[in-house]
Amino acid sequence: MKTPLRFLRDENGLWRLLLVTAVIFATLSFLVPGRFLSVRNFASMSFQIPEIGLLSIAMMAAMISGGIDLSAVGIANLSGILASQFLLHYAPEGAGGTWAALVVAVSVGISLAAGAGCGLLNGLLVTRVGIPPILATLGTMQLFSGLAIVLTRGTALYGFPDAFLILGNGYLFSVPVPLVLFAVAVLLVGVLLRRTSFGFSLYLVGTNPTAARFAGLDNAAILVKTYMLSGVLCASAGLVMFARTNSAKADYGVSYTLQAILVAVLGGTNVAGGFGSMAGLVLAILSLQFLSSGFAMLRFSNFSKEFVWGALLLAVMALNVLGDRAARKMQGRKNGTAPQAGGETEELR
Amino acid sequence: MPSRWNMLWKKNEFLVGLTILGLCLFVGSVNSAFWSLPNLFDLLRSSVVLGIFALGALVVIVSGGIDVSFTAVAVLSMYITTKLLLAWGYAGPFLWICLLSCSIGLCLGLVNALFISAFRLPTLIVTLGTMSAFRGFLLAFIGSNHISVLPQAMVAFSQWDLLRGRTPDGVLYSLPGAVLFLFGAALFTWALLRYSMLGRGIYALGGDAVAAERVGFSLSRIQFFIYGYVGVLAGLGGIIHTSLSRMANPFDLVGTEMNVLAAVVLGGARITGGHGSVPGTLLGVGLVVIMNNSLILLGVPSYWQRVAVGLLLLAGTAAPILLARTRKRPHAGEEERS
Repeated sequence: MKTPLRFLRDENGLWRLLLVTAVIFATLSFLVPGRFLSVRNFASMSFQIPEIGLLSIAMMAAMISGGIDLSAVGIANLSGILASQFLLHYAPEGAGGTWAALVVAVSVGISLAAGAGCGLLNGLLVTRVGIPPILATLGTMQLFSGLAIVLTRGTALYGFPDAFLILGNGYLFSVPVPLVLFAVAVLLVGVLLRRTSFGFSLYLVGTNPTAARFAGLDNAAILVKTYMLSGVLCASAGLVMFARTNSAKADYGVSYTLQAILVAVLGGTNVAGGFGSMAGLVLAILSLQFLSSGFAMLRFSNFSKEFVWGALLLAVMALNVLGDRAARKMQGRKNGTAPQAGGETEELR
Repeated sequence: MPSRWNMLWKKNEFLVGLTILGLCLFVGSVNSAFWSLPNLFDLLRSSVVLGIFALGALVVIVSGGIDVSFTAVAVLSMYITTKLLLAWGYAGPFLWICLLSCSIGLCLGLVNALFISAFRLPTLIVTLGTMSAFRGFLLAFIGSNHISVLPQAMVAFSQWDLLRGRTPDGVLYSLPGAVLFLFGAALFTWALLRYSMLGRGIYALGGDAVAAERVGFSLSRIQFFIYGYVGVLAGLGGIIHTSLSRMANPFDLVGTEMNVLAAVVLGGARITGGHGSVPGTLLGVGLVVIMNNSLILLGVPSYWQRVAVGLLLLAGTAAPILLARTRKRPHAGEEERS
């Protein structure tokens, strides 16, 4: 039984995550006050968050539906490279004026459309053909990044017009543009998930597909739309990525796929589907970013980030389980009933 | 007779074997160099490490789990092993090097098992976390430099050939002794899955965890075995990879786990658990290796390689589903997650 009260109490371990984030923030502020709490640090963090953030939202959407999108980075690269090639052909470096702006607008459109197309393919493979999502997107991951390599023949594209670079490096009212894009995505998808019938159906399909069908939902259509949404988000991540580095390469950001899953899971998204919230995702990104920035300041090796991210994921998941067990025991004692087995014994992959 | 023929068609191993045969005939007809001994031995050499990893991944997938950390385990065990041996100035036989690497792998695998069994966390998430943690630990705290001067025994291992020869036009070829390790691991895993109670337990766990527990299998004991075993195989694969490439590169291997999973799945193991066999997995490995190595023989530029593997994986997973659908009448539960 899910009541609003239960949600407030601790669905997906949201409060615990908030606590963890606050502790990390406080510790780092205490350890390196001058540099961690500086404008420069926050500016640099706000440029690092959006890429992985957009990919994580994409991943979360797929995971809520009960699937997963391993092809996320492949979509980002393929759609970004399609857009880059169009861009370089019609408005090479140095192009300006309305023409360049127009070309940039069209290339953004191309990229998002390509992302939607890739998502459509994923969705059709999952629903019409019936391949399990993890395998379908494993295959399309190879396919999409393979196509990106074929398009570029393994070389890097560079030299984009300024109008495009704004997407990754510009400021809008002294807020970095990528951060604005990320915030827009958070708001739009957040509203879509919690305030629309599509979002409600998505959670239902993810929780119990059979029940969803008997409730009269068109599961296949919902899943296809979800993978398309995920594809569009990945494409936007690709645009930000290429605009920030002013180059496009087929194998850029390969490690982002697993990082995106890590962020989503840390944020309380359930791999079995049906659970996941935007608030949790944002908290997860913040805590991970604080950690990696703080570690860089403490002069740890760059690679310690990977270690800490993995360790944090395991620690938070274990903490959630322990917390749930304690809560259930207390509840059981209060109600005089046996602890429910359902939530915990469910074996998941 | 017709019924046996039908049975054969339903066997996944048979279909994969047929695909391999077709692929070989096709590649061989385009470029006869495919059937030359140097190429065939090359294919075998490329299969060794992929195959050892695939055997571990098979056991996990049969049990209904998934492991993405084995490449990180492999690279961490082999790197620690190499560093330790160099520090000791070790000059003994290769066997002990293997054992050391395998025991490190075992310990790392048991870390996975601990989280999976004690906290009942989803296997994908645990192994994702440990993958990141193991690799980060390696690169941040142990070392991030290539080691190209290896202990003598490892160099000797890379030169150990079962067969050696020279083609009429002067190309040297050899069959590395490392393939024996692959065959040994395959034989052991096959016997384990097929003839031991533990193997039954692994299939039972993958088929239905609750039922397996009620029948009397100890799930946590089985899980500890599974992830420990994967760790051992990962340690073995890691040290063989290092020896064969004659360099301990801490950036190697991680990133190839998806290729391994693809091979296992192509070989007929079901990602939902309970199905999969060692012969099938070996065939899947063969298919991936032949696909990867034969594009060049076909005259296809190598940058098409990933597209080809992607298409192969999609076709390989879609074909059995579509075949099953046309054979039976379409039923309602098809598009659901099981």
